Amino acid sequence: MSSMQIAKAESETVREVLETQIRPGEYRHWKLEVEGAVAWLFLDVEETGGLRPDYALKLNSYDLLVDMELADAVTRLRFEQPQVSVVVVTSAKPNVFSAGANIYMLRGASHPFKVNFCKYTNETRLAMEEATAKSGQTYLAALNGVTSGGGYELALACDEIHLVDDRISAVSLPEIPYLGVLPGTGGLTRLVDKRHVRRDRADVFSTLAEGIKGKRAVEWNLVDAVHPPSRWDEAIRRRIAARTVEKPDCTGIALHPLEKERTGREIRYRHVTLTVDPQSRTAKLTVRGPESFAELPDDPSKIGCEWYPLALFRELDDVLVELRFNWEEIGVILIQAEGDLQRVLDLDRSLEQHAGNWFVREVRLLIGRTLKRMDYTARTFFTLIEPGSCFGGFLLELALASDRIYMLNDDQGRNRIATTALNANAFPMGNGLSRLAQRFLAEPERAAKLAPRGGETYDAEAALAEGLVTAVPDEIDWSEEIRLAVEERAALSPDALSGMEASLRFAGPETMETKIFGRLATWQNWIFQRPNATGERGSLTLYGRPESPQFDKRRT
Amino acid sequence: MIETIPNNVDLANDKRLQRALLHWQPGFLEWWREVGPAGFQEDRIYLRTAVGVSEGDWAVWDTVKMPDYRWGIFLARPRKEESIYFGDNIGGKLWDQVPGEFRKELRRLIVTQGDTEPASVEQQRLLGKCAPSLYDLRNLFQINVEEGRHLWAMVYLLHSYFGAAGREEAEELLERRSGHEDHPRILQAFNKPIGDWLAMFCFTMFTDRDGKFQLASLAESAFDPLARSTRFMLTEEAFHLSVGEAGISRVIRRTAELMAEGTDPHAVGAIPLEVIQKYITEWCSACYDLFGGEDSSNAASYFAAGLKGRYRESDSNIYPDHEALEEAYNLKVHVNGQWSTREIPMRRAMNACLLDAYLKDCHRALNKWNALLEQAGLPERLFLPSTRFNRHLGVFAGQTFDFEGNPVTQDEFDAGLHGWLPAAEDYKLVRESMVAVYEPGKMANWIAPPQRGVGGKPLDFEYVQFH
Repeated sequence: MSSMQIAKAESETVREVLETQIRPGEYRHWKLEVEGAVAWLFLDVEETGGLRPDYALKLNSYDLLVDMELADAVTRLRFEQPQVSVVVVTSAKPNVFSAGANIYMLRGASHPFKVNFCKYTNETRLAMEEATAKSGQTYLAALNGVTSGGGYELALACDEIHLVDDRISAVSLPEIPYLGVLPGTGGLTRLVDKRHVRRDRADVFSTLAEGIKGKRAVEWNLVDAVHPPSRWDEAIRRRIAARTVEKPDCTGIALHPLEKERTGREIRYRHVTLTVDPQSRTAKLTVRGPESFAELPDDPSKIGCEWYPLALFRELDDVLVELRFNWEEIGVILIQAEGDLQRVLDLDRSLEQHAGNWFVREVRLLIGRTLKRMDYTARTFFTLIEPGSCFGGFLLELALASDRIYMLNDDQGRNRIATTALNANAFPMGNGLSRLAQRFLAEPERAAKLAPRGGETYDAEAALAEGLVTAVPDEIDWSEEIRLAVEERAALSPDALSGMEASLRFAGPETMETKIFGRLATWQNWIFQRPNATGERGSLTLYGRPESPQFDKRRT
Repeated sequence: MIETIPNNVDLANDKRLQRALLHWQPGFLEWWREVGPAGFQEDRIYLRTAVGVSEGDWAVWDTVKMPDYRWGIFLARPRKEESIYFGDNIGGKLWDQVPGEFRKELRRLIVTQGDTEPASVEQQRLLGKCAPSLYDLRNLFQINVEEGRHLWAMVYLLHSYFGAAGREEAEELLERRSGHEDHPRILQAFNKPIGDWLAMFCFTMFTDRDGKFQLASLAESAFDPLARSTRFMLTEEAFHLSVGEAGISRVIRRTAELMAEGTDPHAVGAIPLEVIQKYITEWCSACYDLFGGEDSSNAASYFAAGLKGRYRESDSNIYPDHEALEEAYNLKVHVNGQWSTREIPMRRAMNACLLDAYLKDCHRALNKWNALLEQAGLPERLFLPSTRFNRHLGVFAGQTFDFEGNPVTQDEFDAGLHGWLPAAEDYKLVRESMVAVYEPGKMANWIAPPQRGVGGKPLDFEYVQFH
């Protein structure tokens, strides 16, 4: 048995269902402290707290759970502590900030897990940047020790990077020289696209295992400033003071744990049910519309995490993480929504009209992030629209984010979907375009026309004519058409589908974000499959082992 | 200036090295003046200076002011081996240049080694003020100037083989400071001052001995200039170790002498045996960490690449298998309340192997010390702490073991610590004994005289001539 096979076998024997919900106050690896407008996130990884027992999380290296706790903290700060305007990310361990993703964890992980681990951590970094840009919560990295690999990539997601200048602590991206893989959590992209490090310097830095410290790190713009240990605390305090903004009176809301019941092949939330059929490798994702419409109070946050749009999308976000980590073989997800379209549109109006309120803004941003998580999920999504469904406004985005939309063409034209102004601009994809604009790249004005202020409804014929849906089988053809489409899909190569879907979903311009997922992460996933990294003599396989790697020297 | 530097590396014709040293040498002298020995810089000291590498006459003895010392650059004579003799590249030609793929590892090894040299000078800078004799004062300065030369040896490698980055590292070796809050020395053991002469002897006995074994493992390196540099450094290092070992012997002899005649050593300004034991425990156990983790992937890759060998790797009688891929190293570990044996692949256990060689050497010295106690008719004996005791690195870190290596609870450990390691009152007691004796041939009351003088001179020679 090769070492790789052993590693795989090991990881499979210990694989359990990943618990996707993180509860505040139960973090194992982070300490979150809030003092007024300032939050401190102390990374303090528990060595023996890894998700699998075959690696130790030394030197603040991380695995998925560490990142899930971070993601939870980032979201929670936005809802529960909206008064916070500065979040300092630092380490509770002396002389080390973070050594990055744990290599032994990566080596023992299956390919799908590696890919999804990287994807998830990338989404967390982007959420930090979004919080800085849109929620007025500025992330500062206070690197109080050695910062390498994913540790530096975490810092790169912060708005300012401060590094201790003790003549020892350096920032580095040692993945290429040490492991023969990429700094795939946005590292390479952010160097040149965000910090605008000159390409030749970035080239030197990314192949320099020992990294760069002190003045040169500043000169190359790898960090914003360095401070000697004796002035460290004061320097960080100054930067906090400079970036702190007093926010007008806002009290946060608690994000209570989701109601979630797992029974065999079903996960049931309050508004969402996921039913999987391993035989056909499909899952049904059913969304239940709002039970009633509650007018938003003057202070919208009074309604808290029970508010339907927030509650629903928290559940959807959780279900996507479930699908990625606990249901690797499910290839096709059929999205359905049952409920009262008018109630959805009433809620949609609240989301639109109170956009200036911090709580509504956060709900909208959370919806946007969840939809993007869907865009980046390597599964086929088909939305099925039948009478009694409620795809309108923000809920219609689920359909627009799908690879295909099937709408039942009923005789009476009762089966309807509705666009609203939110579809035109509220939930941009990673490339900055709304899903509607991206759908009609040749006609830039069409999105606004199809989703005018005040909205528009479409029956199946009209939706087809306007290009909003893929096909409109009638009642007689419906079930057979859907069955064939699903079975055909499930028979295709999972890899080819992942590649095709990711290629077709992101027409239009590139952004740093699309480059991270579409270029950096994709190259990384290729490298992860190559013998030079994961073959028997590959660099990742042999990392920490006594033998040296042997490369296939041919460039492709 | 350059012309006066003793060397066997053809400095006169090496423009690149000349240019690098032209810049670095003034910085070195400035460093020496700033944090070298405090005082004594204008005094004339009887010192040996390395001037060549031939077996019998590699050094000359002369009376010089320390700032005028001629720090030189020497490579030991070529090894008999011409090809790499361990690791994955056995049979390949020894490298006379740094291979690109090992640049970072070699640079790190050289910088880490190089950093300890000036660090020890900084740690010892105040000791001259309370030297127990002129003989010891001279020995201190001999060690200091030679540690300075060892810095030169490492800087030579950085300048000659690592380009601009190497020159920067060489600068930083002069910028870091032992114990400095903002830019400390790399290894923690080199960041605390050596506050008294018993600590000085312990440092040269134990910490320098770690250095000896590190140098010895680099002396096997496939990178030939590194191997030859460190081989020559070992020539000088032998004296430093003997100062430590003999120094501790002399302290023990004095204490034993007093005890045998029924005098309380403390009452007459000598050092009680239990305090000597605590010092030994402190310094010896701190050195265990310097070897690195017992199970180390870095150690494995250094060996695989041919960067660092085992102690005396070239001797095939000791090591019939120079690939070290088949064997395993058995380490007794204590997990969840149970003793068990962990099998570590040999290459990953290189640090543990080196630590074993070190321990053997330390036990040899310990036996000599205990023989002194026996000769004095005393029943007391000295001991070395278990390699599990007080570890902050490696497989035993995070667990608590007593002096003998038995597992104990954190509370038992904390309670025992006072009896195992020197406490504030022990340091105070030792410091109170430290009274400067500068009269030729005389000794402080807490230490026995050495058997003979040094450098061909009698014990009452004026080794340091005050200006």
